[in-house]
Amino acid sequence: MSPQNKLDAEGSDLQSQPLHERTDDIGGWHRIDQRQPEPRAQSIEVDLVRRRLILGGAVVGLGGVAAAAIHDGELGSPPQTFRGAVPWREGTADAPPGASGSGYIFFTTEEVAFIEAAVSRLIPNDSVGPGAVEANVPFFLDRQLAGKFGQGDHYYLRGPWPKGTPEQGYQTRFTPAQLYRAAISAIDKYVAANFNGGSFSKLTSEDKDNVLKGLESGAIKLDDSVDSKTFFAMILQNTKEGYFSDPIYGGNKDMGAWKMIGFPGAHYDYKEWVPRHGERVPYPTVGFKGRPGWRET
Amino acid sequence: MATTLKPVDAVLVGFGWTGAIMGQELCEAGLQVLALERGPWRDTSTDFATGFAQDELRYMWRHHLFQNVADDTLTIRNNVSQEALPMRHLGAFLLGTGVGSGGVHWNGQIWRFLPSDFLTKSHNQQRYGKKAVTDYDLTVQDWGTTYEELEPFYDQFDKLCGTSGKAGNLKGVIQPGGNPFEGPRASEYPTPPMIQTYAPTLFGKAAAELGRHPFPHPTGNLSQPYTNPLGAQLGACTYCGFCEKFGCGNYSKASPQTTILPSLMTKGNFTLKTECEVLRVELTPDRKRATGVTYVNSAGEEFFQPAEMVILSAYILQNVRLLLLSGIGKPYDPKTGEGVVGKNYAYQTMSSVNVFFEDKILNPFIGAGALATVIDDFNGDNFDHSGLGFIGGAYIAGMVTGGRPIEMIYTPTGTPAWGLEWKHAAAKNYLRSFSLSVHGSCMSHRGNYLDLDPTYRDIHGRPMLRMTFDFTDNEHKMSDYLTDRAAEVARAMNPREIKLNRRTGPFSVVPYQTTHNTGGAIMGDNPSNSVVNKYLQSWDAPNVFSMGAGAFPQNAGYNPTGTVAALAYHAAREIRARYLKDPGPLVQA
Repeated sequence: MSPQNKLDAEGSDLQSQPLHERTDDIGGWHRIDQRQPEPRAQSIEVDLVRRRLILGGAVVGLGGVAAAAIHDGELGSPPQTFRGAVPWREGTADAPPGASGSGYIFFTTEEVAFIEAAVSRLIPNDSVGPGAVEANVPFFLDRQLAGKFGQGDHYYLRGPWPKGTPEQGYQTRFTPAQLYRAAISAIDKYVAANFNGGSFSKLTSEDKDNVLKGLESGAIKLDDSVDSKTFFAMILQNTKEGYFSDPIYGGNKDMGAWKMIGFPGAHYDYKEWVPRHGERVPYPTVGFKGRPGWRET
Repeated sequence: MATTLKPVDAVLVGFGWTGAIMGQELCEAGLQVLALERGPWRDTSTDFATGFAQDELRYMWRHHLFQNVADDTLTIRNNVSQEALPMRHLGAFLLGTGVGSGGVHWNGQIWRFLPSDFLTKSHNQQRYGKKAVTDYDLTVQDWGTTYEELEPFYDQFDKLCGTSGKAGNLKGVIQPGGNPFEGPRASEYPTPPMIQTYAPTLFGKAAAELGRHPFPHPTGNLSQPYTNPLGAQLGACTYCGFCEKFGCGNYSKASPQTTILPSLMTKGNFTLKTECEVLRVELTPDRKRATGVTYVNSAGEEFFQPAEMVILSAYILQNVRLLLLSGIGKPYDPKTGEGVVGKNYAYQTMSSVNVFFEDKILNPFIGAGALATVIDDFNGDNFDHSGLGFIGGAYIAGMVTGGRPIEMIYTPTGTPAWGLEWKHAAAKNYLRSFSLSVHGSCMSHRGNYLDLDPTYRDIHGRPMLRMTFDFTDNEHKMSDYLTDRAAEVARAMNPREIKLNRRTGPFSVVPYQTTHNTGGAIMGDNPSNSVVNKYLQSWDAPNVFSMGAGAFPQNAGYNPTGTVAALAYHAAREIRARYLKDPGPLVQA
């Protein structure tokens, strides 16, 4: 922060103020920012995990989610006062929170079977391009659901919770993580009742597609208060996100989905190619972490 | 208990485009100005640098720069017979927050409304008869100002941004290559138009063959480096395709950060406080004057900030809500038609036509927020509406904002949304397709309005805003007619096939449409029909000014920011010229 920057009584210097712990009560549980190594933040974090276990059975693992940047650019920073300069402080860039680790930390074994079976039907593999499983989408989904997205950090979840009209959109008390957990269980129950006691992952491809179509249209009604259309819309959207987002988030393995369609990735400057109508841009596909060939891996 | 702070001359509630404009103008006039922004500080180098700006997942789908609806949202219903429910996740519109707000992640589409757009009621009534402006329970009004009055201020905003474009009407003389339908401009655009990529070029050729009048979209994505009158320098756009819904890492998109803050933030009489949310405007007991604002910061501390002037410079939905929460002006009642605050909420009527080529490589990822060739032949009253059954219109744009693959893969009619067939269609069409955008007006209607929700509350315990809105038959007819006009151009491009995405059914909060919410704090020529006068000054409490598109009595077929900025500069000029010498009503009721 610039030395000219004057701070008044309720302003706070980022360097001297302990970074924040936000504890706004939202929908009956505490939303906190998990960047803090402070003892108090840790205790809140433990409390959060316990509450989530009680409420939705959702184990919010933190170890596999990369630590947030020091400055994450969203609501929840301490109040600041700026006067006399454009503030800038070294090392505060709001870098993206990529996925890390390996293996599943959100999905149970049964859930993994469902997820891998479902996404491989949503985007199947063939010679044209990778399928969702080959693109590592299940790992992407796992990290998304274990992290802030799964916790519904950008969802308003307080009640009351009438169902509403289709035009009123998402109307459930569930966070995305809770919705996945409840829906997967409810779908397997539906399959068990209608396909001789089997589970979704054991169905033939044709039966899997028929179940997915029934969820998509809402023709299949699920138990456990899960709206089938709502869940289908979410898993399809999240699957495409994992397929096409930057590989730092764990999906789009080897940028295979981008290569399939011809998207060259996170290039910064196309000026040279603007007037070259109809030509293929020869740039190699690149992500935030570069591309194979930039370094030995 | 709120702590009372030292008084200031003017407090700005919200610090996006209008907050920055008013801050700059009032500081130049020598006032002590304080801006209160409920979101965080944001700047190019720290928040959307080129090293990580091009992140579709984080910015578009995880809403990293948008308002977090977990803290505060609004409730929505189509009509008064329904129960309004909260928008639990952003969809139809992507609200801004933080320093720069929507001015950070907008497209940079800089339009002026047509002269006739400011006379929606009188102009259409004169040309088409009284029924044209009262059919379908329309409640359209004139603005109480004119294009001619606002032209110098549109010009001022163009020079602030360095807008890239080609004038079509210079002081009444039609110019080749520009928009021949626009109102007269005092001067040419500060920088030349962007170079068009393949798809907008094909669109322009086809439109010209049909006798339309294509021109390059006026844009705040700069075609070349530019230094504005405040000394701020912008760079040339690199067409990276991550512009709308993203912050520009390259200082190429006009925003408060790139055009005003380098000057304003260094002024000794300007102070900005972030993470400070204004709860309400405080009034004198007779409610004829604001005494200041009460706000709460992210540490939960509450303050009363006394101020001589209160400028509501938040987004329209917050400005209208603050008027309602503070008891400034009479709330609108759709049953009786009485009251004005919340009246004439309107939106934008969007549709599109996808175009698929068999062999043309369009490279959709080469794009920018306002990279387009446009026709304005069917906007506003640029065409004869006799017998069509609607008023208003749209521009039709052959536009390529980018080729972000989660959002922008077009597949032909009949393609399923998933499975091998979808994947093959995506692989086949991504490089060879694009979309024509039909950007339509939305007239105001008796049943469309904003008020306070009786049930849902934000984290501060305040009632949320409730939106009651649906498209009327006027909008459906307009949109169908305009979508057909777009399809004509699409077919004239000789593609393999096209797909019409018409605007059908009730308004839905789910699919993204536009963040062009308007009305609710409308301007007009007297207090019986409006919340503010033509200087955006409250009729009820003359030291309160309400900025933004809330002032639009109905929405024209253009993006609103140019007009929002022109209205702010217009208000600032009058405040500096007259109000500061004699604080009181600038227009006598």
